[in-house]
Amino acid sequence: MIPLSHYLILGGIIFSLGVFGALTRRNAIAILMSIELMLNAVNLNFIAFARYLPQTMLQGQVFAIFVIAVAAAEAAVGLAIVLGLYRNFKTVNVDEINLMKW
Amino acid sequence: MTLKLGIFYFLAAFTLWAAAVVVLGKNIVRSAVALIFGFCGMAALYVLLDAEFLAAVQVLIYVGGITILLLFAIMLTSRIGVTTARVVNDQVILSAIAAIGLLVGLIYASTSGIPAMSGPPRLPETAPFLGRALLTTYALPFEAVSVLLLAAMVGAIVLARKE
Amino acid sequence: MTFASLVERFYAALAAWGIPWIVPTLIVMVIVVSVVLAYISVAAMFMIWWERKISAHIQVRYGPMRVGGWHGWAQSIADGIKLLLKEDLIPTGADKVVFVLAPMVVFGATVAAYVTIPWAPGLIVRDLNIGILYMVSISSLVVVGIIMAGWSSNNKYATLGALRSAAQAVSYEVPLVLSLLGPVMIAGTMSMGKLVEAQSGRWFGVLPGWFVFPQIVAFLTYFTCALAECNRLPFDIPEAESELVAGFHVEYSGMRFAMFFLAEYANMFVVSAIATTLFLGGWHGPWIPLPGLPRDVAHGLFGLVWFQVKCYFLIFVMMWLRWTLARLRVDQLMGFAWKVLLPIAFANLIVTGLVLILGKHALLYVGGIAILLLVAILLAARPAARTVRVGERT
Repeated sequence: MIPLSHYLILGGIIFSLGVFGALTRRNAIAILMSIELMLNAVNLNFIAFARYLPQTMLQGQVFAIFVIAVAAAEAAVGLAIVLGLYRNFKTVNVDEINLMKW
Repeated sequence: MTLKLGIFYFLAAFTLWAAAVVVLGKNIVRSAVALIFGFCGMAALYVLLDAEFLAAVQVLIYVGGITILLLFAIMLTSRIGVTTARVVNDQVILSAIAAIGLLVGLIYASTSGIPAMSGPPRLPETAPFLGRALLTTYALPFEAVSVLLLAAMVGAIVLARKE
Repeated sequence: MTFASLVERFYAALAAWGIPWIVPTLIVMVIVVSVVLAYISVAAMFMIWWERKISAHIQVRYGPMRVGGWHGWAQSIADGIKLLLKEDLIPTGADKVVFVLAPMVVFGATVAAYVTIPWAPGLIVRDLNIGILYMVSISSLVVVGIIMAGWSSNNKYATLGALRSAAQAVSYEVPLVLSLLGPVMIAGTMSMGKLVEAQSGRWFGVLPGWFVFPQIVAFLTYFTCALAECNRLPFDIPEAESELVAGFHVEYSGMRFAMFFLAEYANMFVVSAIATTLFLGGWHGPWIPLPGLPRDVAHGLFGLVWFQVKCYFLIFVMMWLRWTLARLRVDQLMGFAWKVLLPIAFANLIVTGLVLILGKHALLYVGGIAILLLVAILLAARPAARTVRVGERT
C-alpha cells in the first residue's frame, strides 16, 4: 500500500509549481495552464482522501467531479477573455496590458 | 506491493516532469503538449487510487476538451518560430519565495498532521455510486454546477464573438 | 474455453514451475499487443484496398487490378513497402519534437482503444467496467495528435486543417457521447462485455434484442458524429484535399505519413466496433454447433465472424457515403452539430429516461418512433439553406 502522504506531497509539489507559474508567467494562456495544474493537484488530493479515509462515502470523488466542471467553465471563459485581449491589444502578455494601471 | 510503489514513483516523476515543463518551458506549445502528458499521468494516478471513472472523465474533459481549447487559443494568438525573449515577469524572486514557502507548509502538513490511514482494501465499482450520489445527496450542487456551466458557455460566446 | 481461461491456465502452468507472476504477465501483454497490432495492420491494408475498389466501382472504374493478381489484392502491401522505403522528411521550419511526437500520439491513442473491443464471447483484452467511457475518452486523444501535427508543420494549410479539426472534434464529441448514453441507460452498465450480453434477448419474440431498434435515433446520431470523428466525408473538412491540399498531414511523408494513414483506418474500425457493440448486438447472431468442436468454441467462432461482418458492413456504409454526399461548409458543420444533432441527442436521452422510469420496455419503441417522427418534421420544417453566391460574404 502506498502511504497517503506520498499522494499529498505529490499534490503539494504540483500545486506549488502551479502557483509559481500563475504568479510569474507573462503569457495569459500559460497562466491559465498553471491554474489548471493547481486544480488538478487539488483533485489528486481529493481522490487520495476518498481512497484512504475509512468508511468513505466517496465524497472526495464527487467533489473532484465538481472541480472538473468548474475547471471547464473557467477554461472556456478564460480563453474567451484571452481572445478578447488579443483582439484589442495584439498581445497576450499580461504585463503589457496595463491600460487601467497608473 | 513494491511493484505498485514503483509504478507510483514512475508516474509521479513523469507527472512532475510534465508539470515542470508546463510552468518553466519557454515554448508555449510545448508547455501545452506537456500539460497533456501531465493530465494523462494524473489519470493514471487516479487509476492507481481505484478511481477509474474519474480517470476516464479526466482524459475526456481535460485532454479532449480543455487542452484542445488551449491549443486552439495558442494557435490563434502566437506563431511558430517566434521565441519570446522573456517568458516570466519581474516578480520571479518574490513568487519563488512564496511558492517554496507554500510547498514547505504543504509538505509539513502532509507528513505530520495526518494519521496513517489505509481505507478499504479495494473500492467497489464507483460509477453507479457516483451517479446515485450526484442525483440524490448532491442534487442541489449538481444543478448549481449545471447552471454555472450554462452561464460560462453564454459568457464565453458573448466575450469571444466580434461586435 | 474462453480467452481468460486460457490465460489462467498459462499462469498456473508457469507458477507450477516457480516462475514469478511478473514474467507470464509480461509475456501475455507482449503477445496480446502483437496480435492487436498485427490485426490492425492487416485490417487497415485490407480496408485501403477495399475502399479503392468500392470508390472505383461506384465511379464505374476497376481500381487497382495488377499487383498480386486477383483484382490487385496486393496493392496496399506494395504501397506500404513504398512508404516504408521513402525518405523521411522533416521541414526546416517545423517544431521537431512536436512534429515527431504527433503521429505517435494519433497511432497510440487509436491502438489503445482496441483494449475494450469485445471480439467474441469471452474474447476481450480487458473488460473494464467503464469500457465505453474509456473508449470515448482515449479516442479523444487522436484530435490532440492532429492539432500537434498541424501546428508543428509550420504550414498554413496544416494549421488551418488543425484549427478546423479542433473545432469539429470539440463540437461533435458532445452529441456523440450523449447518443451513446441511451444504450448504456437501458443496459445499466458501461462494460462492453455486459452491454453485448444485455442484447441477447428478443424484442416481441421476433426482432433480435439489439439496441438499434429502440435507439434508432441514437444510432443515427452516433453514426453521423462518428463520421465526423473519423474525418470522413461529408465531414472531412480538416483534410479537404481540394481546398487544404491534405490538411494537417500535408508535410508528412514516408513512415510518419503511413502511421497517420493506418491510424485513420484503424479509427474507422474502432467507431464501427463501438456502434456494433452498443447498437447492433455485438457478436450476437444465429449460430449452429459445429461437428467435432465443443459448443462454446463454435459459439465463439460464429461470434467472431458476426462481429467482423457487422463492423465491416458499417465501414462499407462509410465508404459508400464518401461517394454520395458532398463536403459541408465550416459554418454548416458547426450549425449541424449544435443546432440539430445536440437537441436530437438530448430529446432521445430524455425520452429513454422517461420510458425506463415508467418501466414499460415496449414503450421504448413508441418513444423511439416518436422522436424519429419529431426529428423528421423538424428537419422538414427547417428553412432551406440560404444559397451563397460566389464572392458573397456570409
